[in-house]
Amino acid sequence: MGKKLLIHNDHIPNIHTLAVYKENGGYASVEKALKHMTPDQVTDEVKKSGLRGRGGAGFPTGLKWSFLAKPEGVPRYLVCNADESEPGTFKDRYLMEKIPHALIEGMITSSYALGAARSYIYIRGEYFYVARILETAIEEAYAAGFLGKNILGTNYSLELSVQVGGGAYICGEETALLESLEGKRGNPRIKPPFPAVAGLWGCPTVVNNVETIAAVCPIVMMGGEEYAKIGIGKSTGTKLISASGHINKPGVYEIELGVPVEEFIYSEEYCGGIRNGKKLKAVVAGGSSVPILPTELILKTAKGEPRLMTYESLADGGFQTGTMLGSGGFIVMDEDTSIVKNLFTFARFYHHESCGQCSPCREGTGWMEKILKKFLNGTATESDVELLWDIQSKIEGKTICPLGEAAAWPVAAAIRHFKHEFIEIAKSKKFVDVSHYNRLNKASV
Amino acid sequence: MKVTIDGIEIDVPKGTTILQAARMIGPEVAPPTMCYYSKLKTSGGYCRTCIVKVTQGSSANPNPMPKPVASCRTEVMDGMVVENVTNPDILEARKGVVEFLLINHPLDCPVCDQAGECKLQDLGYEHGSAKTRFEFKRREYEMIDIGDKIKLHMNRCILCYRCVKTAEQFTDGRVHGVVHRGDAAEISTYIEKFITNDFSGNVIDVCPVGALTDKTFRFKQRVWFTKPMDAHRDCPTCSGKVRLWLKGEDVARVTSRKDQWDEVKDTDDGKPGFICNSCRYDHKKKSDWVIEGPTHIDRHSVISQGHYEHLNELKTKILKQQKALGFIPFDKRP
Ligand SMILES: Cc1cc2nc3c(=O)[nH]c(=O)nc-3n(C[C@H](O)[C@H](O)[C@H](O)COP(=O)(O)O)c2cc1C
Ligand code: SF4
Ligand code: SF4
Ligand code: FES
Repeated sequence: MGKKLLIHNDHIPNIHTLAVYKENGGYASVEKALKHMTPDQVTDEVKKSGLRGRGGAGFPTGLKWSFLAKPEGVPRYLVCNADESEPGTFKDRYLMEKIPHALIEGMITSSYALGAARSYIYIRGEYFYVARILETAIEEAYAAGFLGKNILGTNYSLELSVQVGGGAYICGEETALLESLEGKRGNPRIKPPFPAVAGLWGCPTVVNNVETIAAVCPIVMMGGEEYAKIGIGKSTGTKLISASGHINKPGVYEIELGVPVEEFIYSEEYCGGIRNGKKLKAVVAGGSSVPILPTELILKTAKGEPRLMTYESLADGGFQTGTMLGSGGFIVMDEDTSIVKNLFTFARFYHHESCGQCSPCREGTGWMEKILKKFLNGTATESDVELLWDIQSKIEGKTICPLGEAAAWPVAAAIRHFKHEFIEIAKSKKFVDVSHYNRLNKASV
Repeated sequence: MKVTIDGIEIDVPKGTTILQAARMIGPEVAPPTMCYYSKLKTSGGYCRTCIVKVTQGSSANPNPMPKPVASCRTEVMDGMVVENVTNPDILEARKGVVEFLLINHPLDCPVCDQAGECKLQDLGYEHGSAKTRFEFKRREYEMIDIGDKIKLHMNRCILCYRCVKTAEQFTDGRVHGVVHRGDAAEISTYIEKFITNDFSGNVIDVCPVGALTDKTFRFKQRVWFTKPMDAHRDCPTCSGKVRLWLKGEDVARVTSRKDQWDEVKDTDDGKPGFICNSCRYDHKKKSDWVIEGPTHIDRHSVISQGHYEHLNELKTKILKQQKALGFIPFDKRP
């Protein structure tokens, strides 16, 4: 059994209540940090831990915190990114729904380290019921003196609230999130300035993912160095993986970073193998925006070594042979999966979610979706593959925010690794019924 | 700060963007712009036509920037090296941007009021391809009146945000903005609102394409058949310094004056050159104005066709030559 630090207590009845959470060691990191450590010491432990942001990009959290500008007399904010809209990713929801106090505890400890007197949890609109769970937990925390004025009798005070977003994928991008939190349209801001300098209401702000913030609690408790011993190399600690697709046991798993991908897919402890004894065809390892890999590349690296569930191993060889750990949305596809149909679903999503500010993303995402639809209609030709390739290359790297890449990478990877499937479909002129998509979204198809 | 653009070095003050530096060098290296507008704060960054490659970040950090950057929103660093027209990848990427901008933009230049003044037309000509690869139905919208004098034709909008920023920064109480997202995004007024305030007409002047047009001018004339003249009047609301577009003795249209980059020109004393609606719509008689003389029109513009800035000089010169040759004009011949 691998070590669990975040959802180790998820089986305990009523762990969502403050009383049960506390009985099981909850809020110890708040006690320790606020009473026995300075904010800088907390930040130092996070730096030593090697914790990398769990929202997708994997940027070192301690380093990000150290960039936070600290001008006198200007408030700073910690904002928790609980938007979790990446298809295939549902780990934050599990954590917040099951153990809401784990996030609140992390928010208090992290806000203390950053010197924030006001913090927000920005949660996606579709998670309305989770917002209710968090709100109840926050009320409990206020009543128990973990939030509000002079927490646990110390000098530190913190106000914390939940803000429900409109339910747009783009509001997960940190600057769009801040715009939305300010009550505006969720359009990504043009960077620089970065949020660490000018974030919420123009003040220095750190935006972190739910899991990142929750991980600060065990780091404070066990010390950064101990935490860094878990995992491999620069992929330290544990990671929540939301596993879905054609596996026997879909669900949220906490792994120690470094578990071999093969073990993750086939062992009983995790996914339990492919459903109905089918063969593995491909995996999208880190949420729908990361490049898909065929079996031979997801199980082994370019060098022929076993591929591991770490940031480095999954990225081995760049996108020619590798992918990304991303947000940990692990989507498994069996031998019967149509890559093209699957890609159409992704393309449809990114088209629908583009905010529309920049021309390549606004126009390119819809164009790609339309071309993919031709493959499913049986009207595509082989030259459409080249056209798709060209369009994605003209979006990638030419947009304000990474949604452009999120739309382009899956297309590029599918063509790179499964070009033959596109050609076969184009030649066969077979019709694949996707009319149900039209009902969902008339405007976009 | 020293910055090199397409091999030409220039010294610029701190805070200058790559685009501004390029414009200081001159039009040969200045990237095209569709959304940036120097007179509007926080404009730019959206259309991506001005992207350039930074091959050296600065003297302190000579690494290249991994992705192309929007030159209109990226400040120069000391020792930065930038490639614009000298970088084939950038030209290819720009071609891509033009293609994206055009896939949903109707090529109805023959009936579009912006023809001849349209930046997308120029951009397409300079960086686009002759043939489209987009084979699907284009977006279509009904035309709407968003003010008693302004017509919006969303089909042509490229979502550059200029009109929104103009309304926000130069008028009281903005009532229009962007609704929906992605390629379903549209410029719209808030429910049943009209853009009516004193400076609203300026949104027409900043629109780079024919999406926002002046209802008092629509279909009255092709710009290249008119004669633009700089003129002014004593106006209590704005500077009163305008451009009159004359057709014979009639004032076909009144607009603000534009600069070299086709942006509303500041007045000589540095005030914003945006004009009020009264100047724009209520003074359509030549006698309302003091005519200063023909507007300078760049030779590359189609408006320069049939527009002789130095016509009087030309006439005097020709008369002198005729006299020297002993030439007798037709009407003076016996
Ligand atoms: C289109 C888009 C959507 C994103 N959605 C999320 C999200 O739902 N949750 C999240 O934590 N990060 C999301 N991110 C990443 C955030 O911008 C940001 O990097 C992250 O919240 C930082 O937190 P971390 O350092 O803890 O990973 C998204 C990024 C993009 C470009
Ligand atoms: S890349 Fe797409 S989502 Fe991101 S700012 Fe541009 S249009 Fe909006
Ligand atoms: S209407 Fe014109 S100015 Fe306004 S966003 Fe569209 S193209 Fe730009
Ligand atoms: S002019 Fe720079 S991005 Fe539009």
